[in-house]
Order: sequence, then C-alpha cells, then structure tokens
Amino acid sequence: MAESSPTTNAPELSVTELSSALKRTIEDRFGYVRVRGEVSNYRGPHSSGHAYFSLKDQGARIDAVVWKGVFARLRVRPEEGMEVIATGKITTFPGKSAYQIVIEAMEPAGIGALMALLEARRVKLAAEGLFDAGRKQLLPYLPSVIGVVTSPTGAVIRDILHRLADRFPVHVLVWPVRVQGETSAAEVANAIAGFNALEPDGAIPRPDVLIIARGGGSLEDLWSFNEEIVARAAAESLIPLVSAIGHETDWTLIDHIADVRAPTPTAAAELSVPVRAELLANLADLDARRRGAILRVAERARASLRASARALPSGEAILAVPRQRLDRASAALAASARAGFDRRAIALERLSRRLVARSPQALLASAVARQKGAARSFARAVALDRERRREQLARVAARLTAALAARSRFDVQQLARTAQAQIRLRRALQGAITQRRARLAAAAQFLNAVSYRNVLKRGFALVRDGEGTPLRNAAAIGAGQPIRIEFADGEVTATAHGRARPDSINPLTKSPTASRPAKAAKREPSGGQGSLF
Amino acid sequence: MTDTPADIAKLPFEAALAELEAIVEKLEKGAVALEESIKIYERGEALKAHCDKLLKNAEMRIEKITLSADGKPKGTEPLDAG
Repeated sequence: MAESSPTTNAPELSVTELSSALKRTIEDRFGYVRVRGEVSNYRGPHSSGHAYFSLKDQGARIDAVVWKGVFARLRVRPEEGMEVIATGKITTFPGKSAYQIVIEAMEPAGIGALMALLEARRVKLAAEGLFDAGRKQLLPYLPSVIGVVTSPTGAVIRDILHRLADRFPVHVLVWPVRVQGETSAAEVANAIAGFNALEPDGAIPRPDVLIIARGGGSLEDLWSFNEEIVARAAAESLIPLVSAIGHETDWTLIDHIADVRAPTPTAAAELSVPVRAELLANLADLDARRRGAILRVAERARASLRASARALPSGEAILAVPRQRLDRASAALAASARAGFDRRAIALERLSRRLVARSPQALLASAVARQKGAARSFARAVALDRERRREQLARVAARLTAALAARSRFDVQQLARTAQAQIRLRRALQGAITQRRARLAAAAQFLNAVSYRNVLKRGFALVRDGEGTPLRNAAAIGAGQPIRIEFADGEVTATAHGRARPDSINPLTKSPTASRPAKAAKREPSGGQGSLF
Repeated sequence: MTDTPADIAKLPFEAALAELEAIVEKLEKGAVALEESIKIYERGEALKAHCDKLLKNAEMRIEKITLSADGKPKGTEPLDAG
C-alpha cells in the first residue's frame, strides 16, 4: 500500500465532479433504452399525476417514473406484477447517489403478460358474478331494430348487413366506434351505454338487440374488448347483447359477459334474426293444417249429425206407443165403469133379496115350515125306531133257531165219525197182522234157503276149533290141534295130524266161507226161533 | 270472435305464432266442441294474418348514429357500408 500510492498520477476529483461525470456518462450512454421487467411497488399515480414504481427482475431493481403527460397516453396502464417493456432514459440524482428510468412508453411484455393480465381480470369479474348463466338475457325472437357497435367501414359491418338482409330484413342502427387504439375501449363502452339510454319511443328507436363486433386481429388489437370499462358496460346493458370479437378462437372479456357469444360477426347476424322464408313456410304450413283441421272437425260434426238423424225415430213411431196406451186405457175405463156398475147392481140385488128374506111374512112362514118339518121328522123317527127294533128281534130269533139246528146236526155227525173210526181201526189191525205174517213167512223161507245146514245136507262139513270158532283155512289148523267137524246129521270131535296141503283142501276152504251166513242163521234158530212164533 | 283483432295486433310475432300453433294442435286433436272449434279457427285466421303482416312488411333499413362532440347521439343518417 505504501509502495503503490506515491506512484499514481490520477487526478483528484471532488464528489461533485465525480457525480457530474457519472451523470453525464450514464445519461449519454443510456439516453434511450428499452428495458423489460416486472412492475413493482405500483400504487397508482401520485396526486401530482406522476407515477412512481419500480421495475425488477430476479437479480436487480430500478426505480421508474412516468410523468403525468406520458401517463395519460399509455396504452396499457401499469399494474402491480405486470411484465412490461418500458422505453425511456436513465437519469441520476447526484444528491442521492441514485439513478432511475424515466419512462416514455410502456407496453406489456409479450402475449404471456397480456394473457396473465386478462386472466386476472377474468377471475376478478367472474368472482363478481358477471359471467353467471343466470344473468344471461334471452334474445328476442324477431327484433325489429338491431343496434350494431362496430366500425362503420370495413368487412365486419358489411358481413353483418348482408347476412341480416339474407335472413330477415330489419332496421339496423350502427353506432360507429374505433375498434382499436387508445380511445377504443371508451368509445365501445359509451356506445353500449348510449344505446341503452335511448327512449323506446324516441326519435332514434331503441334497439331490441345489440351486436358488438370486431374482425380478427392480434391480442393487442383486440385489447379494447378486454378492458374493464367495456366489460362493465356490457354487463349493465339491459338490451340483450351479442358479442362477436375476432375469430372463433379469440376470447375477450366481453365475450364472457355477453348474453350470447357469436364466433364471428356473420354468426352474430344469424343468431339475431330468424330466416324469414322459413317462418313464412312454417306459417303457411300451420295455416294449411288449421284449414284442414277445421274441415275435419266440420266433417266429423256432420257425420255425427247424420248418424243422430238416422237414429231419430219418426213422429208416428214416437206417438204409436202412447197412442196405444191411450186406447187401451180408454177401453179399460169403459169396462171398469161397467164392471163397477154391474158389481153394484149385483150387490143391490143380493141385499134386496136378503131384505125380502128378513121380512115378517117370510120369518113367519119359515117358522111354520120349521115347525111342520119338526113334527114330520118326529113321526118319522118314531116309525123308524119301531121298525129297527122289530128287525133286531127277528134277527136274534133267526140266529137262535139256526144255532139250535146246527147243534143237533153236529151231534149226529160226531156219532157217525166215531163209528167210522172204529171200523177203520179194526181194518187197520187186521191189515197189520196179515202183513207181518206174510213177511215172517217170507223171512223164514229165505232163512231156510240160505242156511249152511242146507249145504251140510248136500254133503259138506263145517270144521271148528276147540272153542267152536269155524275154521276157514287149512293153514289155521296146527298139528295136534283139537277140531270139531259138523255134518248135517251131527258133530264129531277130532285131532288134526300134520300140516295143511294146499291143493287138496281148496274146495273145503270155500265151503265154510259160503256157509258163513248160514252159521249165523243157524245160531239164531238155536237161540229161540220158536219162541218168536 | 270474442277477441278483437286489436289484442292480436299488439302481439309479438313469436307469441302470435305460438298461439297459432296451439290452436292448430287443438283443432287437429279434435277434442274441442264444434262451436269452440270455429271460434279458435277464426282467431287462428287473425293470428296468421298478423304474423304474415309482420313478416312481409319487414324491410331493410340501415342507419348510422351521428354523435355530438361529447359522444351523445344526435340523430341518424343513412349508412352506406359498401
């Protein structure tokens, strides 16, 4: 340090000299600059009319001032946070060691900045409810006057007028405005308010619908229609409003507020009026239908009248039934009158007959008659009684006689019957004895015929064992067995020798068999045959 | 019949057309009595005539607002938009 200071030959400057030198240098060097930055610390114009704020970016900031005269001419007013490109010069304040930019002109820094600004306004107005669907007014179906806010020259108004003429000829009022530039927004807002201020029946007719139109352009060109004054004038319009700003893809603030947003000016004309030819056709069609319908109504009425007329009965037919009833009733009236008369005549006749019957002469006559009748019937009764008794007596006498006769007849019969019985008894006894005798003889004869003794007489003998039991077979006789042999003339006892020889004794064995009944028969006679007889 | 044409004359086109449509529909349904049918038929006639007049009398008229210095409308003049 000590070494360097003596070697310098730089002149010494006062602060003022330095500051003045800096001022000159800077203002010469930066007499005209364009600087891009964000508006900061902006609080609106000062009461003096000048505006003070800063421009900044990420790394630095610079004070900025807009003098009153310049501020009024700015196309875009500075807003806090707005990215701008400012044109101006740099000046310094030597007394403060400060510098600043004096802005001569300012514009938004590109589309992005404008879009951001537009978005901020849109959000703000939306928050106020100016875009609400409920605020939208319906367009009149058939407006008689249409107000158009646009430039009176150029393609836009021509397009609108042509399309209106094609669809529906109408009274058009054009409110001429500039559609871009510094005064544009104020003129458009004034036009909208001015149309609304017209008296409905004034010298200038009040439009039924407004069209706010502008042809296509850049965002900056359309910027007037993004201004808040235009948006608010549109929102306050009591006349239904159609907006048609730029091309279909361009959306401006007024498009959000308008009752109907048309994509193009031509479309705005189409939305504003119907097609007259179509209406005429529609009307003609309706009228034809109306005529046809009334004809059908009449035809239906006529048909039902005809049907009713057919169904209506003739006068004769209507009267027939009542007339018949009348006839029948009058006939019945005569008949019933006559019947009533007859009935009364009969009743009278009956009464008079009863009256006659109750007269004194009649009563006397009937009493006499009754008395005579009673006497006659008494005599008849006496005679009758006498006769009845006589008959009874005769009947009893007859029965008595008959009974006596019957009794004697019975006795005779009984005697005869007894005698007969005796005879029959005797005969029966005799018959029985004779019969039994004959049977006895027959039996004796038979017995005799079959007796084994007859066999014995023919030379045969009967062999028995010791106990007297007849022996039939030679085999039944054992050797040495005692046997008894009976012959016709008597019996011998013997003893058997040896065994039987089948062949020789065969005839013998038959014989006892044949004689067996005879043996039984023989015993019986020996038992007491004689005692039977 | 009971409605005078005067009340129809004040009707906007759209209202007159809507009423005419309603009348035609009613007649076509045939649900109205004959007398009523004739009545509304005649009203339909008047409505149709009114609509016709509104449509056929329309003519193109193009005017420009003339403004005073303070931006207020002074009057109109014909506009030739070319």
